[in-house]
Amino acid sequence: MAEKPIQEEKRVFMTGNEVVAWAAVAAGADIMYGYPITPQNEIMHYWTRLAPKHGKKFLQTEDELSAGFTTLGGALAGRKSFSATAGPGTTLFQEPLSMAEMMRIPVVVIVQQRGGPSTATVIYSQQEVNMVTFGGNGEGWRVVYSTATHQELFDYTIKAFNTAWKYRFPTFILGDGYQAKMREPLVMYNPEDRGIEMIKPVASLGLPGTPGKDRDAVHLRNTYSVEEELYDATMPIQEDYEKMSKEVVEWDERNVDDADIIIISHGVVSRAAIAAMNRLREKGVKVGYFRPITLRPFPDEQLQKVAAKCSNFLLVESALGQLARLVKSALFNMPIDNFDTLYKPGVGVTAEELVQRIEKTIK
Amino acid sequence: MAEHLAMPKSWNTETKPHKFCPGCGHGLVLKVLGEVIDELEIQDRMVFGVDIGCSLLAWDFFNVDTVQTHHGRTNPVMVGIKRANPKLLPIAYMGDGGGYAIGSQHLVNSAFRNEKIMAIVVNNCNYGMTGGQMSPTTLPGQKTETSPYGRDAKETGNPTLGPEMVAAIASPGAYVARASVSNMKQLKRFMKKAVENQIAGNGFSFLEVISSCPTNWRTNAKQTWAFMEEEMAKYFKTGELRTPDESKEG
Repeated sequence: MAEKPIQEEKRVFMTGNEVVAWAAVAAGADIMYGYPITPQNEIMHYWTRLAPKHGKKFLQTEDELSAGFTTLGGALAGRKSFSATAGPGTTLFQEPLSMAEMMRIPVVVIVQQRGGPSTATVIYSQQEVNMVTFGGNGEGWRVVYSTATHQELFDYTIKAFNTAWKYRFPTFILGDGYQAKMREPLVMYNPEDRGIEMIKPVASLGLPGTPGKDRDAVHLRNTYSVEEELYDATMPIQEDYEKMSKEVVEWDERNVDDADIIIISHGVVSRAAIAAMNRLREKGVKVGYFRPITLRPFPDEQLQKVAAKCSNFLLVESALGQLARLVKSALFNMPIDNFDTLYKPGVGVTAEELVQRIEKTIK
Repeated sequence: MAEHLAMPKSWNTETKPHKFCPGCGHGLVLKVLGEVIDELEIQDRMVFGVDIGCSLLAWDFFNVDTVQTHHGRTNPVMVGIKRANPKLLPIAYMGDGGGYAIGSQHLVNSAFRNEKIMAIVVNNCNYGMTGGQMSPTTLPGQKTETSPYGRDAKETGNPTLGPEMVAAIASPGAYVARASVSNMKQLKRFMKKAVENQIAGNGFSFLEVISSCPTNWRTNAKQTWAFMEEEMAKYFKTGELRTPDESKEG
């Protein structure tokens, strides 16, 4: 048995991709399957250096379809498997992930968003929200954690493995190229040392005993012959998803009780939103803040409660309304005073521009 | 009872009679595979992966842990299983469309990496499940739903020679062969050697099996047999192309 990868809590200063690799080791991941694409490559680079020291494995596949389907195979064999991708790679991942949704295969995928559509930039965007939440030919049965800091990348990567294996839905960490490549401080730890119980993986196939003699054979499928058979197979998945949603939904809200305007954002953009809020509060402008941490399931009820207090919103994202679509769906049929937007597809957002925008609006 | 006793022990009797069309070769391939599973006693560590297309009808065929995947994606699922748990013996089962068209990159790269899995491609010269379209192995001049005037090799190329392609790129330790349901004894020998190669852990095993599709070929029994033995045999030569010890049965 390999010794604990992180002996004691320690403060470190590293890039987001390195953080993810360490978090996967700390979470007890067994095997990574991956294909190179910027800006996630260093997750593989660090994993391939760490893995042999801790009895873990890596396979570089021929493409992202293969990376996705081999990751499913790893989970079916009862190992904590994961992959990482971005942009056009995330597009290819939709096919294996729809199989994971249908067959309840607990895989973890880290997406470091890059510009889109098409090849676009290798640097940054928030344009993969549509794809990670509702991509594939299905109903969006995924869990998506949108992180904002390196500490969150560490915490939520560990959490993603537990969410995946507890509820058996494919689980995403949604980061971006800025988070992937920049360095910042965080505290790394062994989850067990903090009382976090890591859920043990279980095999779906290759179980002990001879099928047909000691036990029934396992026959797993995702194809159904008639409409009603499919309906009967999928509705319990939807019920499980709804039941899970209440337990996994996460959000952050600040200064909403007395707010005159609330900034809605997610991921790394929420850091600009917090900075803008703090600066404007110092000037006496009552700014609030709402951030969904899980984009799927979305904190609908929590946002509705906030909207009942103040519905003068500024929604900001590095995409052309992908977060806005989720927000509008959550607020459907609610009276809204104002819904202002700042869309910067594939471009970062600064606190300064948010301050200027709100000061102009307030005047 | 006599028929029942003729079934391989590893067959799942609850799903028999099977769901393939009358005259389809799949039942013969799966019978041979069942006999090999029994003789080599691998029922407790084999994992069977079936593709989309007619091969998916085998999803509950055996008393063997089985997963039905997506079209062309059975090889990578089996690779993922083997890499995660090397004690298991994954066998991927697909048609010529899954193996040579939509999943060709996975077949080529599994062979290049010498993955310790086995892949069986059942070659019946067309996409059967979707209604008989032209496939990578459709013969020149052969009429299908998407080549209604016969396959024109100048427009759509010549039939894919799967085992020849795999043999050309395979590493030492690989087993590569082509058999036919029209020669069951040879099919059994090759199937067994391909599985034994997995048990030994030598390398990738690849077996193409020439098979029949009377439903889409629109042939009677005699014509079906003639198409396999005369037309298909001209292009697709049976025999061993790679063996771990480099001895070959032609």
